[in-house]
Formats: sequence, C-alpha cells, structure tokens
Amino acid sequence: MGTLKVSVWRGGESGAFQAFEVPRLESQTVLDVVTHIQRHLDSTLAYRFACRVGMCGSCAMTVNGRARWTCRTHVDKVATDGQLEIAPLGNLPIVRDLVTDMVPFFDKWAKAHGRFEGARTRRDDFEHVQPGSVERQLADAGIECIGCGVCYSSCDVVAWNPAYLGPAALNRAWTLVNDARETGNKARLAAVAGDAGCHACHTHMSCSERCPKQISPTAAIAGLKRAAMAAALRGDLGRMKEEG
Amino acid sequence: MSVRTQVLLWTAQRISAFVLAICVIVHLVTIIYAVRNGLSAAEILGRTRGNVAWAAFYALFVAAVAVHAPIGFRNFLSETFNWRGSGLNVAVMAMALTLAIWGFRAVYAVFT
Repeated sequence: MGTLKVSVWRGGESGAFQAFEVPRLESQTVLDVVTHIQRHLDSTLAYRFACRVGMCGSCAMTVNGRARWTCRTHVDKVATDGQLEIAPLGNLPIVRDLVTDMVPFFDKWAKAHGRFEGARTRRDDFEHVQPGSVERQLADAGIECIGCGVCYSSCDVVAWNPAYLGPAALNRAWTLVNDARETGNKARLAAVAGDAGCHACHTHMSCSERCPKQISPTAAIAGLKRAAMAAALRGDLGRMKEEG
Repeated sequence: MSVRTQVLLWTAQRISAFVLAICVIVHLVTIIYAVRNGLSAAEILGRTRGNVAWAAFYALFVAAVAVHAPIGFRNFLSETFNWRGSGLNVAVMAMALTLAIWGFRAVYAVFT
C-alpha cells in the first residue's frame, strides 16, 4: 500500500517539524500513525491518547491544519498526496511535541461558572425537570461535551483575544443557564457576558463545524447573547468590573 | 468598563445594524432612482433642500453610523493590534464624534 510522509511537531513553543516515513495500512487512523512512530521509529515522541475509540477526546491534535480526534480520523480522508502534517492542538501552550497544557482551557471553564450550583440536599424532594421543556432540550443539546478542546483550538477569537472564554466554556455555561435546578445563573450570566465572554464571538462557526460530538457552541453563545442582553436591559446583569 | 456597559454597547450595535439595514436599502434605491432618471446635482438639491422628512431620515442614518461603526471598529482594533483599555475607548469615541460631526454637517448642507 506504500508509505506515508508524516511531518510531526517536535519540541515546545519553539521547535520544528520532523519527517518520518510510515507504512500505509488499510483503515489506518492518524492515531495509528503517531503510535507507529513512537513505538518503532522514535520512542521520545510525546503524545496523548486513551480510549482510541472516539469517546474520551484525549487524542485531539492538529492534522493538516485542522483540529481533529486522531483516533477517529482515517488517513485516507486527510492524507492528500500521501502526506500528513501532525501538530499539537492550537491556542494552547505546548508541553512537548504533541502534548498541550489543558490548564488554560479548564481555567476558562471555571471562569465561565461551568460548574453546577444547586440548592437542594438529599433531604429535599427531587426537582421536577420536564424533559420535553424548551429549556431542557436546549441544555440537552450541549451537555455531551467532554472537554476535548477541538472547538477551543479551532476558534479565531480565542487566537485573537487571550481573555476570551471560548466555545466549550460558554457552551457549558449555556447548559447550566437552561438548568431548572440551577441557583447561580445571575452571577453566571455576568461572568459569561462582555468583551471576554459570549459577546466576543463573531459566529465564524469553526467550533460547530469541527465538534466531534456535533454540538453547536455557536447556538449556545447566541443564546447567551440573548439572555445577557435581556438581563442588561432589565438592569439585572450586575455591575461587576471586568478584570484587566 | 463594566460588563453591563459592554453588553449595552453590543446591544446598541445590533440595534443600529437593524436601522442601517433599512437605511442602506432606502438610500440605494433613492440614489439609483436619481441616477437612472438623470437628475443633476442642482435638481437633487432642489428636492432635498427644506425637505424635513428626508432630513430626518438621513439624520437617523448618520446617528446609526456614528453608533455602529466605532463599536465594531473597537473590536477590530483590540483583536488585530491587541489594544485594550481606556486609550482604545478614547480613540473610538473620537471616531464616533468625528463621524457624527461630518455626517450632520452633510445633512445640514443637503437638506437645509
């Protein structure tokens, strides 16, 4: 079946692409290629993966300029002229080779109040959430996010605006804004609005296009824009000063 | 700048965009009509001078531009040149004032 010419990023922020030749196999995925390199050609190559079946999101990398899950990317689909370029996820600090530091990604998740805040205890009755309600369906559309970082790495505004919370964090905030059990939404809306929040989104939709779970962070951000506007006009948004 | 102010600026941008969409269409239809019917500058001014309705329309157009363009330009400047803070806000306010002055001067000249 021939060989693949693979260019792999080595080093940290400053580094270079290193060329490898990898035997091409049927039904080969990009993760198979990276694994082959590490096992047979250069054991010093650093990369992340876990489930290798498209469930965990750990293997996300930039393949031919586009963030993807490498275990779910068939080589046939992306290797034009038998060439592959594999780099770490964009918009994140590089630890080494194909491994990025996910801390900024999750810090922004926390900044967007991406954590559920309820008021009931085990001694209270369950909250009755209507599964068919508009709010619940909006929340359900976004809750399958596993925090893989593909959307964040694909976002132009994340690249241009270091403070921008990003599609994943905002999508999670939207699922909580629509959660009937939530008690922290007033503060959450204030946290996700403004220049560093949902209003910085330009609706380029790279996030929605590339999300491996077919979530649309763009729709979530549009919802947040509407909710924040309504709150601001009501005078409900709070007068928290932005940082920096 | 408080978050509430940022959100209200975004809201003003959206509303002024809606106003501009209408104004631009009306303006395009009007100037195409004027050109197609071979109106000279003097003939056009003959119709616009003293015309309160059209003056009001174009005054609204100028106001919408003076709101919409600087807010959008502020985003462009901060994203492209990493410019943030009060310096940027002052520059953008100056842009808004300049557009308003030039625009209302033009409305005054054409419609009074």
